[in-house]
Amino acid sequence: MREIKADDVRRTVELLCIKANYYLPNDVLNMLKEKLHEEISEIGVEILNSLVENAEIAKAKEMPICQDTGIAVIFVEIGQEVHVVGGSLDDAINNGVKDGYLNGYLRKSIVRDPFIRINTNDNTPPIVHYDIVDGDKLKITVAPKGAGSENMSAFKMMKPSDGIEGVKKFIIDTVEASGPNACPPLVVGVGIGGNFEYAPLLAKKALLRPIDQRSSDDDVRALEEELLFKINNLGIGPQGLGGMVTALAVNIEKYPTHIAMLPVAVNISCHVTRHATAVL
Amino acid sequence: MYKKINTPLTEEVVKDLHAGDTVLITGKVLTARDAAHKRMIESLNNGKELPVDIKDQVIYYVGPCPAKPGQFVGSCGPTTSGRMDAYTPKLLELGLKGMIGKGYRSNDVVEAMMKYHAVYFTAIGGVGALLSERVVDSKVIAYEDLGPEAIHLFSVVDFPVIVTIDMYGNNLYSMEKEKYKKSSF
Repeated sequence: MREIKADDVRRTVELLCIKANYYLPNDVLNMLKEKLHEEISEIGVEILNSLVENAEIAKAKEMPICQDTGIAVIFVEIGQEVHVVGGSLDDAINNGVKDGYLNGYLRKSIVRDPFIRINTNDNTPPIVHYDIVDGDKLKITVAPKGAGSENMSAFKMMKPSDGIEGVKKFIIDTVEASGPNACPPLVVGVGIGGNFEYAPLLAKKALLRPIDQRSSDDDVRALEEELLFKINNLGIGPQGLGGMVTALAVNIEKYPTHIAMLPVAVNISCHVTRHATAVL
Repeated sequence: MYKKINTPLTEEVVKDLHAGDTVLITGKVLTARDAAHKRMIESLNNGKELPVDIKDQVIYYVGPCPAKPGQFVGSCGPTTSGRMDAYTPKLLELGLKGMIGKGYRSNDVVEAMMKYHAVYFTAIGGVGALLSERVVDSKVIAYEDLGPEAIHLFSVVDFPVIVTIDMYGNNLYSMEKEKYKKSSF
């Protein structure tokens, strides 16, 4: 067994929380610049330029790209040969989030209870997803998710008879309903298949894929391209103020499902599609 | 071409703002979002006064990041306005003249804006670092226990916004979307 110190995990999570919030990923930044050429709305062009300028300011000043520094969503891939020593892995991750949000001057956005809405003041607890994998490494991805776009996400248990056309309509309708609220240009993460809890997780994981990388499955890639084209003809545009660039990418993940089921989850993300990864 | 205005807002200024105008705001702006709105309305329902006078003021829907040493404020872009809709008509009735946020407003809010002559501005969502450079002072003036949701008094200089719904009920979102929509597919 390879031993990894819990405190190294804590420190790594702390740094990833800060990094994810300060630095817009290059794939997103490059795509914004590329899409500038497709925008015909004057205000749309101005907004896209502002998004690029904002990312540059955040990087130079080492401050958050967006004030909604999110709920910390953390994906952990634990090699089965790894033994975490010197404390619990859960505590290390929780404390890493606490330290990252305090030391990085990130906003604390978590309330203790959905009805008694008192701020926990340290942005804990995070949402943590563990996967056991082969090997002796520990891979941690921190993907802070803001509420503006998360609130416009949707899930539906569709019927197999709805088929691919029904699925496309649900995805497009979800984007259209989000209008300006989710801060377009968007990245649209889609999970199709699995079951009631798995499709939304696939949609969330879809947002981790670089937005300039299409699916390796030919059918899925065609679906991603078709949906992006249709979404960008809705007229919503940057910030919903009209234009051609409503989405930067549609990322779709599929999974086998039950003979009677067709679950579809659409996880909307704004251009601040943040994630930072480290391998211990 | 930006139109420059100052706060507090007067009736004359609001009358002259039309959906689609790009505006630079200078002056004092109050911040309030979900929890502060809920608490303000609960106070009014209990017969108490608001902790701040909102007559002719502008409320910015924002929960800023903490300021780093040497900064007045951290990232501070707009949050989604629709969550404040349930509380807004009452504040408009009390003389609130302007709101800065992002996203749709309810029909009740638009009707109250037309009735009481108020304007809804949007700022660009997701440019909190850029917008922080237009805030030259920030202090908490009420509900400090709410942390990022406390009511701050911002001093802003040339804070860039777009008139999205004016006091005549014109809505830029619906006006612009139709221009670019392609229904051919």
